[in-house]
Amino acid sequence: MSKKILIADDEQNIVISIEFLLRREGFDVQVAGDGEEALAKVRGEKPDLVLLDVMMPKMNGFDVCQAVRADPDLSDTRILMLTAKGRDTEVSKGLGLGADGYMTKPFSTKELLAEVRKLLGM
Amino acid sequence: MLDLSVIIAVSLVYLGLLFAVAWWGDQRADRGRSLIANPSTYALSMAVYCTTWTFYGSVGRAAVSGIGFLPVYLGPTLVMALGWFLLLKMIRIVKANRITSIADFISSRYGKSHRLGGLVTIIAVVGVIPYIALQLKAVSSSISLLLGYPDIVMPGRSATTSVAADISFYVALILAAFTIVFGTRHLDATERHEGMVAAIALESCVKLVSFTAVGVFVTYGMYNGFGDIFQRALDDPSLRQLLGAVPSGQGYTSWFSLLFLSAMALLFLPRQFQIAVVENVNEEHLRRAAWLFPLYLLLINLFVLPIALGGLLHFAGQGVDADTFVLTLPMALRHEGLVLLVFIGGLSAGTGMVIVETIALSTMVCNDLVMPLLLRSHKTLLDDSRDLSRLLLTIRRGAIALILLLGYLYFRLAGEAYALVAIGLISFSAVAQFAPALIGGMYWRGGTRGGAMAGLSAGFLVWAYTLLLPSFAKSGWLPADFLTQGLFGIDLLRPQQLFGLTGVDEISHCLFWSFFANIGAYVGVSLLRPPMVAEATQATVFVDALKDTGQRGAALWRGRARVGDLRDLVGRFLGPGRAQTAFAAFAKRHGAGSADEMEADARLVQFAESLLAGAIGSASARVMVASVAKEEPLSIEEVMNILDEASQLRSYSRELERKSRQLQAATTELQEANERLKELDRVKDDIMSSVTHELRTPLTSIRAFSELLHDDPKMHLADRQRFLGLVVSETERLTRLINQTLDLAKIESGRADWNGCELDLTEVIDRSVAATSQLFREKEAQVIVDLPENSPLILADRDRLIQVMLNLLSNAVKFLTPGSGEVRVRLRVLGEALEVSVADNGPGIRPEDQQLIFEKFRQVGDTMTAKPSGTGLGLPISRRIVEHFGGRLWVESAVGEGATFRFTLPLTSARQPLEAGPA
Repeated sequence: MSKKILIADDEQNIVISIEFLLRREGFDVQVAGDGEEALAKVRGEKPDLVLLDVMMPKMNGFDVCQAVRADPDLSDTRILMLTAKGRDTEVSKGLGLGADGYMTKPFSTKELLAEVRKLLGM
Repeated sequence: MLDLSVIIAVSLVYLGLLFAVAWWGDQRADRGRSLIANPSTYALSMAVYCTTWTFYGSVGRAAVSGIGFLPVYLGPTLVMALGWFLLLKMIRIVKANRITSIADFISSRYGKSHRLGGLVTIIAVVGVIPYIALQLKAVSSSISLLLGYPDIVMPGRSATTSVAADISFYVALILAAFTIVFGTRHLDATERHEGMVAAIALESCVKLVSFTAVGVFVTYGMYNGFGDIFQRALDDPSLRQLLGAVPSGQGYTSWFSLLFLSAMALLFLPRQFQIAVVENVNEEHLRRAAWLFPLYLLLINLFVLPIALGGLLHFAGQGVDADTFVLTLPMALRHEGLVLLVFIGGLSAGTGMVIVETIALSTMVCNDLVMPLLLRSHKTLLDDSRDLSRLLLTIRRGAIALILLLGYLYFRLAGEAYALVAIGLISFSAVAQFAPALIGGMYWRGGTRGGAMAGLSAGFLVWAYTLLLPSFAKSGWLPADFLTQGLFGIDLLRPQQLFGLTGVDEISHCLFWSFFANIGAYVGVSLLRPPMVAEATQATVFVDALKDTGQRGAALWRGRARVGDLRDLVGRFLGPGRAQTAFAAFAKRHGAGSADEMEADARLVQFAESLLAGAIGSASARVMVASVAKEEPLSIEEVMNILDEASQLRSYSRELERKSRQLQAATTELQEANERLKELDRVKDDIMSSVTHELRTPLTSIRAFSELLHDDPKMHLADRQRFLGLVVSETERLTRLINQTLDLAKIESGRADWNGCELDLTEVIDRSVAATSQLFREKEAQVIVDLPENSPLILADRDRLIQVMLNLLSNAVKFLTPGSGEVRVRLRVLGEALEVSVADNGPGIRPEDQQLIFEKFRQVGDTMTAKPSGTGLGLPISRRIVEHFGGRLWVESAVGEGATFRFTLPLTSARQPLEAGPA
């Protein structure tokens, strides 16, 4: 059974590229275009890993992360934050809210895959 | 009921009231709660300028020359408005040097010269005596008029002459007695009389109230207001000419002379100098006096013309002297209460002048004439240790009596030949002679004692020859040939056509020749030799009075003295008690326990001298101090060195001040520049932080797609095409982002280029719609353009407005539903502005987002499909462009009902400069 990954980002082209990349590697990929949709899909689809953009409409990545961590049913969900703001404060804020990893845009696809595999214990 | 006993009783009660006020004022001053420490009191006391000349004489003058009475009041008004700095400087000098009179002032300026002080005193006494005579004449005429009541009998006409003369003699006696009690009760170190000033201020109020009462009575009681009087006067052929009397030719000369003379009189009449300068308690009071005193003059002149015209109309052909109208009009109508009020008003005007003038003159006579003579002839005075303060008071009292007696004599000799105003002008011309030496002394260091002596003497002699002697001649006391044939029968020496100068009035004639002689001699003789030690010292003290705070006098004295000697000396003139107190206060100020512990240094000697100067004048004080202090004379070189040092120090400090001002200005400029840089830096930081985020996003896609393509050479062609297409479009997005960021940064920092030209907005709209037609076609959307036939041209940047339109149109098309989209573009002329609207039938914008969309990098999109492909800078840039041209850009929208973007451009922007940002 392949691992299920949710990509949450409002940038369509980023979603297309990551979706293509992860599908090619054999993952089961879901996508969400804003924070609320992302949280709903985390609850509904129970993905193993969420690639979570910080700057999203309706609900930002930090809030989604916090909500997921607050839900005991979702304790197994890994969260990898993706952000275009690479400052140290942003990184520590994400990790402080319970994210499992943090990547700064733009990233290399190889590093992303490596991080995804690491978080999924593969 | 207006018999002699009533008049005497009323007069005495009024004088008693004045005395009470003065006594009260002195008591308050002694207890340190000054009654006159009040700018309004100061301004009112200055109105001692208005004597019986004003009270009775202005009407007389107006009855002869229409508005010809005015220049005498315009002159002082000009001085207060434009020449107040002269008064300010005089006040500073007087306070710093404890000067007691105008004679003291001039003598002090030219090296504390006894002779000069004496000369000034003589000029002042001789010059002012006609003026005092004038007051006696006015007061006694008013009394003899009252005695004739209810008939109106002109005084001075044959039979009554002796009566009037007798009355004026008693008036002079009573005034002398009153002034003596009033002004010389004790000797003051600074020669200030607070009680007197308070009484004078009260008298000014009485004069004004009384004169205004007559004015109102005549204008509204006898006639029906100003309009009525003037109309009646216009109907009377002889009066019409009076009203039309506008100065012309000779009239202008005489107006100028009167303006100038009265301006000088306000500064230099002994009583004005006394009140405005010596009695000034706070130089700040000048501020209020600068408008309150002219206002007083205006008010007291308000009813002059109506009374004059009213009198001329009422007494037509009855031979009533216009100088008496103020009194005779209420008399003619049997208005006894008003008659008495007028009499009191006239008495106020007369006594106020006489009191202050004689006190000022007696101080001068005592300090600058008698004391110096006594010191010279009775050397024993110096060695004797008697208390001299009583002697001083006796001298002053004698002087007061003598001056009033002289006034009476002049009145007997010349008084009948002249109207009130003419007598006053003779005095004005005399005191104007002080102007060159006094004003010159305050601003020109080169003036010398010799120059001042020569100038004053020459001016005084010419004055006496051209005005005083003719006044005697006209009254028959000198042969009339003197006037018509000239001295010794020499035609050129005719006193009022001197050297053939004709065609001007006698006052202008005197003014011209006396000033010619005065200024010529003053400057000429001064230039003959450089100033000597004492002159140079005092020149510096006077000329630099406004900038100097230090005691320069003290630096210019060297010698030995004993504290006890100095104190005893001062005690002999001021009384031992006062001397003791003054020395103790001085010791305390300078940190010594008692005066005896102090060293008798230059400062203390200076202090003692200034105390004495207050009592006996600066010239005598110097002589007295020299008698107990062994001064080692300074050579002119030493004095010059000290002065040089001081002036070098001053110029250094001025240079330093200038440098420090420059430095301060530079610092301020730098600070401003720095603030501006900081602001720019903050804007840049803001943009950079947003920009990095916006740059990273497309870069993420580009890198991801590129790596995918790179890693998988066997990718499907369709995917490959699609990904490459996305890379290209993200690259375009990056380019756009960079361009717009730079554009916005330029606009925000004010460095954008604006190319203004007159343009037609309809053309801008047409071109923009044409440029975006492809976008609409792709979405199968419709554009409906609604433009007026004619739209006014506006001045703006064509390319920038197209940029705004393109942004609004492409935004609109972005959100349209394919197939059914519609955009309406409309241009309307709204009064002072043009309004463009771009309305779409897209999804609309939520109210909470309607502000956000105008912020940088804020895009509003709900779903991935609706995510706009713009940069988030289009609307902020558009708004700034519209605002640059004075307009406004906003959105109106509701969810589900489309959005309408509107912007306005004011038509007035056509007239605004476009160079808001540097080109």
